[in-house]
Amino acid sequence: MNQPEHIEGRNIHRKLVRKLVLLAVAMFGFGFALWPLYNVFCDLTGLGGRGVQVVENAGVLEQSARQIKIRFDANVNSSLPWEFEAKEKAAMVPLGEMNEALYVAMNPTDTVMVGQAIYNVTPPEASLYFVKTECFCFTLQVLQAKESREMPVYYFIQADLPEYIKEITLSYTFFRNTSADAVALSDDETSSARTVLKDRPK
Amino acid sequence: MSNENTHKHAHAHDHHDDKPTGFLNRWLFTTNHKDIGTLYLILALVMFFVGGAMAMIIRAELFMPGLQLVEPDFFNQMTTMHALIMVFGAVMPAWVGFANWMIPMMIGAPDMALPRLNNWSFWILPFAFTMLASTLFMDSGGPAAGWTLYPPLSLQGGQSFAFVVFSIHMMGISSIMGAINVIATILNMRAPGMGLLRMPLFVWTWLITAFLLIAVMPVLAGAVTMLLTDHFFATSFFNAAGGGDPVMFQHIFWFFGHPEVYILILPAFGVVSEIIPTFARKPLFGYSAMVYATASIAFLSFIVWAHHMFTVGMPLTGELFFMYATMLIAIPTGVKVFNWVSTMWKGSMTFETPMLFAIGFVVLFTIGGLSGLMLAIASVDLQYHDTYFVVAHFHYVLVPGSVFALMAGTYYWLPKWTGHMYSEKWGKIHFWLSAISVNILFFPQHYLGLAGMPRRIPDYSTQFADFNMISSIGGFIFGASQLIFLGVIIHCVYKSRVKAPGRVWEGAKGLEWTLSSPPPYHSFNTPPVIDSTTVAHAEGTH
Repeated sequence: MNQPEHIEGRNIHRKLVRKLVLLAVAMFGFGFALWPLYNVFCDLTGLGGRGVQVVENAGVLEQSARQIKIRFDANVNSSLPWEFEAKEKAAMVPLGEMNEALYVAMNPTDTVMVGQAIYNVTPPEASLYFVKTECFCFTLQVLQAKESREMPVYYFIQADLPEYIKEITLSYTFFRNTSADAVALSDDETSSARTVLKDRPK
Repeated sequence: MSNENTHKHAHAHDHHDDKPTGFLNRWLFTTNHKDIGTLYLILALVMFFVGGAMAMIIRAELFMPGLQLVEPDFFNQMTTMHALIMVFGAVMPAWVGFANWMIPMMIGAPDMALPRLNNWSFWILPFAFTMLASTLFMDSGGPAAGWTLYPPLSLQGGQSFAFVVFSIHMMGISSIMGAINVIATILNMRAPGMGLLRMPLFVWTWLITAFLLIAVMPVLAGAVTMLLTDHFFATSFFNAAGGGDPVMFQHIFWFFGHPEVYILILPAFGVVSEIIPTFARKPLFGYSAMVYATASIAFLSFIVWAHHMFTVGMPLTGELFFMYATMLIAIPTGVKVFNWVSTMWKGSMTFETPMLFAIGFVVLFTIGGLSGLMLAIASVDLQYHDTYFVVAHFHYVLVPGSVFALMAGTYYWLPKWTGHMYSEKWGKIHFWLSAISVNILFFPQHYLGLAGMPRRIPDYSTQFADFNMISSIGGFIFGASQLIFLGVIIHCVYKSRVKAPGRVWEGAKGLEWTLSSPPPYHSFNTPPVIDSTTVAHAEGTH
């Protein structure tokens, strides 16, 4: 019995197998690459609902006669036993004008706690036209036991908002920041726990 | 130099024609494609019954409204484990087992291209599934967030989550190595004259499946690795509090998940395309159309993933794109179904058990395909999403789809593997019981879903009671019928005295039928001579 002529040993496989292994490794990398790609895609299109721009100074705004309804939504993650709600559930605002929205958070427990609010805008593409100059979500919020605080958001909607968007919802969820909790507990000067975070934690 | 090597090798082979002696040498250290194929098939059968037992627990709990048998958390562990075990433990290893047994014999190769890698890819699996199953006995219990492992729910489990992730890594490594082996075998080891467009369709569908596996299993490995670091190392890939996005997991998961469902079904298309021509005694209608249809389905599977997540809040353009792309898949799939029907058209059909299962496959898989089209409609999917309609849909394509094709293939090649005929009478009883009960089991679930019953919930509102009871009764009959399958296999392997000829079915074409039944331990050491009488798809029969 002879070794089949069409199989010339292992060399014929080595090249192909090397390519296939490389493909598998590349696809493993691609899985991770999807993470930055997704973020870039969402930043460009606003599709994650997190494309809100942050400016220090609004400057002179382009005005518009159009008004739009903004709904304000407030949620608390189950790990943070706070009460949190919007003062007004909705408001009609003119495009291209600065507005203020007020949220109220209250810590009903007997210990100091640190929370971080994360925002989301629906419909997501509207987030590209949403501009904030100041927001309680830019920083960690420290609430002493039983403390209640009003938290403002200063924002405007750009005048070039597409016609088909009739209504925008601005939603916040407060999450607990346990590592900052410890700092706040050990430190009387609560401001030291207020690490200034960018609008979007990277 | 290579000549010298081959000569030595050939010399060694002269004395190695017999099976290795001793249990460990024969099975643990085996590099023989037939032995490894058998091991894969046994593992798949065991896992089929383990996953099936979990399904029985699920259907028993859902027999009546209210909580009777199990705690809700355990119920969730059962739905999750049932899916993981059936997908990764039963159907995928079963197809790799078929590939190991049949591909070398179908293309005239002496073995798989990388026999030692082959041994390794099998022997990883028992450890992976032991590790996965062991989580059921840990303090924090098994995975309970569904097989899709969506965060944040999947991250709220306990420490056993790490075991789940590592077992998925091991299954992935095994699948990738198996796929590399299949591709190397098919591309490098075909007998002279076995051109690509002369290969049996089962070989073609597996070649394409293997590429899908290499492309997406690493993506799943990446996704679960990110879950692992989110859970244990405070990364925030999917954690909204840290700037991540849980929806992104769904995108990554379904980028893997949609090709994955074709990994489960494409080899089934191949098997059915082998069986129907044999028992219709006609060449397969539209051979090259079948090949191109398979390739188109594989390509389209990469651009439809978001139809699993129409409810996450996608923009309209996204919903439309994924809706149309999904519906496009119906075209190549329709080509396949019509080709199978055309192959049967005016054929001299006989209805042995493999043919019964193949016809059952064509009919019932088509029902599952049609409910898939309904789910593809983005606007109505908002109602169907995460209801029993989805459960009915994917069980129709997986149970009377993939699993029936596996059973058809088992009955078709079992006489070839063992050298004995199975009991045709019991095979037919198995088919009819399965085919009837699978419909009693899954058809009412369409109505439950349309009426709004959510999936993965152990209790339900009383208006769903009647259909659930019918479904559970069907489930118990289906579960019991599979014991007949086990009985038929055991009888065929150990008890049957009816010798099978080399060409078991007189209408069967293809190289595997030119070998004796059972085939010699080392087959095609000399490449076979290929002519139009031995291959199923000679040129000119397109």
